[in-house]
Amino acid sequence: MADIRNYTLNFGPQHPAAHGVLRLVLELDGEVVQRADPHIGLLHRGTEKLAESKTFIQSLPYMDRLDYVSMMCNEHAYCLAIEKLAGIDVPERAQYIRVMFAEITRILNHLLWIGAHSIDIGAMTMFLYAFREREDLMDCYEAVSGARLHAAYFRPGGVYRDLPDSMPQYKASKIRNAKEIARLNETRKGSMLDFIEDFTNRFPACVDDYETLLTDNRIWKQRTVGIGVVTPERAKNLGMTGPMLRGSGIAWDLRKMQPYDVYDRMEFDIPVGVTGDCYDRYLVRMEEMRQSNRIIRQCVKWLKANPGPVITDNHKFAPPSREDMKSNMEELIHHFKLFTEGMHVAEGEAYAAVEHPKGEFGIYLVSDGANKPYRLKIRAPGYAHLASLDEMSRGHMIADVVAIIGTQDVVFGEIDR
Amino acid sequence: MASRMEVLKSAVERVLGSKVVSAKIALGELTIVCKSVNVTEAMTTLRDHPELAFEQCIDVCGMDYSTYQDQPQDGPRFAVVYHLLSLVHNVRLRVRVFAEDDDFPVVPSVVEIWNTANWFEREAFDLFGIIFEGHPDLRRILTDYGFVGHPFRKDFPLSGHVEMRYDAVQQRVIYQPVTIEPREITPRIIREENYGG
Repeated sequence: MADIRNYTLNFGPQHPAAHGVLRLVLELDGEVVQRADPHIGLLHRGTEKLAESKTFIQSLPYMDRLDYVSMMCNEHAYCLAIEKLAGIDVPERAQYIRVMFAEITRILNHLLWIGAHSIDIGAMTMFLYAFREREDLMDCYEAVSGARLHAAYFRPGGVYRDLPDSMPQYKASKIRNAKEIARLNETRKGSMLDFIEDFTNRFPACVDDYETLLTDNRIWKQRTVGIGVVTPERAKNLGMTGPMLRGSGIAWDLRKMQPYDVYDRMEFDIPVGVTGDCYDRYLVRMEEMRQSNRIIRQCVKWLKANPGPVITDNHKFAPPSREDMKSNMEELIHHFKLFTEGMHVAEGEAYAAVEHPKGEFGIYLVSDGANKPYRLKIRAPGYAHLASLDEMSRGHMIADVVAIIGTQDVVFGEIDR
Repeated sequence: MASRMEVLKSAVERVLGSKVVSAKIALGELTIVCKSVNVTEAMTTLRDHPELAFEQCIDVCGMDYSTYQDQPQDGPRFAVVYHLLSLVHNVRLRVRVFAEDDDFPVVPSVVEIWNTANWFEREAFDLFGIIFEGHPDLRRILTDYGFVGHPFRKDFPLSGHVEMRYDAVQQRVIYQPVTIEPREITPRIIREENYGG
């Protein structure tokens, strides 16, 4: 009898299904995975170390670059940690804006996930549909912060500025005639809140479209049902959070269980899976998009009715208005100190976690009273999820590894930090 | 919130007894300090005792206290900070364990208790050089293959020691000492109490 040995395969780091720079060393018996050893760190930038040499506000844009498909949620956790440690009160309107943008970000993330996940396992068209809706939400990002991706919009004590009264318009170009431009700009006539409201009216039908394409699709089911099953006990032990935990049937959502900002005033449901396979996690995420849409509608309604300040008036932490700065000596000093030296956060340690689209994203902040953090630890959900890849993929075919990477929704910006 | 933390604090102190060196509530969070010899036992109790039931280990984080407040430190230099979460009781707990020896910091591994700690401990080993006794596979994880040193220690410069470039003569990528100067744009300042009267 011939001597049959296991076969070692190197997957990545440049592989279209590796979602970035994942190097995976797979030990195979025929086509069956015996062991998966992910090698990470190819995108390691040392964000935590860099933060130790930057003032608190200077590290804020680094947060966008962690999980670069759900930017504002990362900022949210960072701001909450500083606010907790420094004891800053956030105006109500700012809290609603943050919740609204956190949910917009969740939809953005899930849309990218469904596009990338389905393209990995053979449903090509989903990507185009998902990006069509992403475009509108990106425009919201751009309108409010000036940047489509790395917004740096949430600030300790509130948000950078109030929502704009107008949306950017499409302009005529070689490839679009005036009629087409008028159609594109039709929903952009009013304020940004009108645009978002219009989006929330359209979006449930879009999710229905996605589900028509996938939910009962025979190929989709063959690729996802019964793949990467995680029992509730294992999910807890493996440190899974977010949709990965809910897919296994545990109704745990930080927005409900440990509400931050104004989530305690929002009405929404937590979807849970039954079997804990890739298909259930898909269904959970689809339902989350609908629930996020519900939350956005509630925020829009409140924001339209309640104007007010959007950042704290404690000028030790947030800059004063330009007008005040130019007429008041005190405010001028505040402005100068804030932008040269930065804010001083009281000595102590705090852990703030948010329900990030991927799971629990936590910031553990240790301050020794200086204008820079002493230590900043970023708890990325994808890190724990990818660590469980070995266990989830054992005994599966090599093609299923791609489905499992997709269902974990890994993004290397946050895993490698 | 505060009263719930008081309840948790008394429960933890009662169940763990003398294994808790100190317990403190700050900002609505409970932090306990454990000795490294007791870690395995204490953590197993924290997970399994029905009153505590910390089923999830959310985070394991290495710490280097050597330059805290820019002053020389009395206590041990390295610590490991665990963030635990109880889904049943909806509470969080922070456990801090100091490594006794500064030159060769060793802390028992909790991988057997929470499998998720595997990569978190590898990370703390990689970045701080803390050894986790009993870890099944303590390799570097985030830094480059063949990296020397532990970059998150406070005595490791921000710009590192080596840089990498392609050498046209040797026709391969080589390492060489860093050519950039470290610079600090905004100085680190801790304000003195009642400065200026």
